[in-house]
Amino acid sequence: MALRPDLAIIAAAVPTGSRVLDVGCGDGELMAALRDQGVDARGLEIDPANVTAAIARGQSVVQGDANRDLADYPDDAFDYAILSQTLQTTERPDRVVDELLRIAPRAFVSFPNFAHWRIRLALLWGGRMPVTRLLPVAWYETPNIHHVTVSDFRDLLRAKGIGVEAAWYLSGDKPTSAAAATWRAEHAIFLIGRG
Amino acid sequence: MASLLHQIQHHSVTIASSLPLDSGQSLPSVTIAYQSYGALNAEKSNGVLICHALTGDQYVASDHPATGKPGWWARMVGPGKPIDTDRFHVICANVLGSCMGSSGPATPDAATGVPLGMAFPVITIADMVRAQAMLLDHLGISRLHAVVGGSMGGMQALAWAAAYPDRLASALVIASAARHSAQNIAFHEVGRQAIMADPDWQDGQYYGSARAPTKGLAVARMAAHITYLSEEGLTEKFGRRLQARDIKSFGFDADFQVESYLRHQGLAFTDRFDANAYLYITRAMDYFDLADPHDGRLSGAFSAAGDVRFTLVSFDTDWLYPTAESRRIVQALQSVGASASFVELSAPFGHDSFLLDVPALDRIVAGALGGGF
Repeated sequence: MALRPDLAIIAAAVPTGSRVLDVGCGDGELMAALRDQGVDARGLEIDPANVTAAIARGQSVVQGDANRDLADYPDDAFDYAILSQTLQTTERPDRVVDELLRIAPRAFVSFPNFAHWRIRLALLWGGRMPVTRLLPVAWYETPNIHHVTVSDFRDLLRAKGIGVEAAWYLSGDKPTSAAAATWRAEHAIFLIGRG
Repeated sequence: MASLLHQIQHHSVTIASSLPLDSGQSLPSVTIAYQSYGALNAEKSNGVLICHALTGDQYVASDHPATGKPGWWARMVGPGKPIDTDRFHVICANVLGSCMGSSGPATPDAATGVPLGMAFPVITIADMVRAQAMLLDHLGISRLHAVVGGSMGGMQALAWAAAYPDRLASALVIASAARHSAQNIAFHEVGRQAIMADPDWQDGQYYGSARAPTKGLAVARMAAHITYLSEEGLTEKFGRRLQARDIKSFGFDADFQVESYLRHQGLAFTDRFDANAYLYITRAMDYFDLADPHDGRLSGAFSAAGDVRFTLVSFDTDWLYPTAESRRIVQALQSVGASASFVELSAPFGHDSFLLDVPALDRIVAGALGGGF
């Protein structure tokens, strides 16, 4: 089965032999691809059904909450931390980013861009919280409690002195340019490193 | 009943070398009764050691010789089952101190032929594991694919990883803990006192007499049995329903179904277990604290176990070894960089969930054993 495009980008950027923590790893789809390319991948996942599925696939996954349980990992336990499509669901995204860069020198962080033009238009014309392909749940039951835009995230990194080593922007499943990302990217992936 | 119990013949090996114990004493030789299932491969690399719980035994997947009931984990171990005996050579040994053929308080003194009783030295979980390692040496198995156990069996799996990190590739620890809590010790002490308060206990030297402390042992089992179930499970199974009557007796018969059930459980237990063995094994569990030799730092116990793959499972209704105890182990493992998996499964059966029908557990056990083999 083909990986989701954002996961494929991350998988391609992780070097063989590295140690990786996939935070919010779901049922282990990305970890399985990473393992196939010789990466020591481990996971943290909040949903016990997903954890069960991942362990049943032979993966190393701990049931836990990214808001709280990242603290259990020692400094520099991994080469890379991965947080895909989860940042906007955390209680304090800024602190989660700090934790990612404590347990690994580099981290992949991906999130849906709340400033995509369709969302802007929906809010402008509809006057209601947008429900989209990447954010498919109504405002009152969405797990996405901290909507974030590409510009917001760049600002956060700048304020924290965190460096961007690479960034990918997707419109649909196609790449789009950094310059136009703030309104054209549905989805952004950052590879960040300690400043 | 205990006398009948000790007449059962078990498959066993007697190893004529001394077994040093944590207490400072030693056993001059050690007898270990065990069962095995599935073929050992030519490289002797497919061994899976299953460690049994307090009142368990080596008959993990074969009928119990005293009760005739199916093996205690027959649902998990066998051809095509999660612990697949078509792939793995499964070994299950009766723990040191127990009463199903391994060295324990019913073992006769070498000089006098009289059962040792309380002269048998107090043993620990680490001693049990040392005896198992001697068995594996005898079988020529230097390294196990996995050590698997629930409850006290999980304690042994953890102790294996602490004592012999090079001798196992993975450890599967279910509904267990790295130490006995004050509450755990307290419940065990109730059971021990019930046995020792029974006049038929006779300071542990009841083997030759016509009397055995079955009443005390039954009460011990009744108290312990409550800790293996959840309140929700008890309520669902029994509620306040009366046993074979429509009105309360205003006496002390087993009016309630739950009383009748516990009495039956207690009594049935005395057919298959020895009171002294119960004293010794509960003591071993109470002494268990993997962090103790490491200034209270649990990670110290796993400092050499960074290459062992651990899988831990807890159950949301298990209040005997609650999820927090498994999480504590996971934290210690993460701090030494070991590969640790952990999940809390939802099941209504309390601590006993690890023995019962929980399909998610089957999938986890299969996955934990399958990875990389």
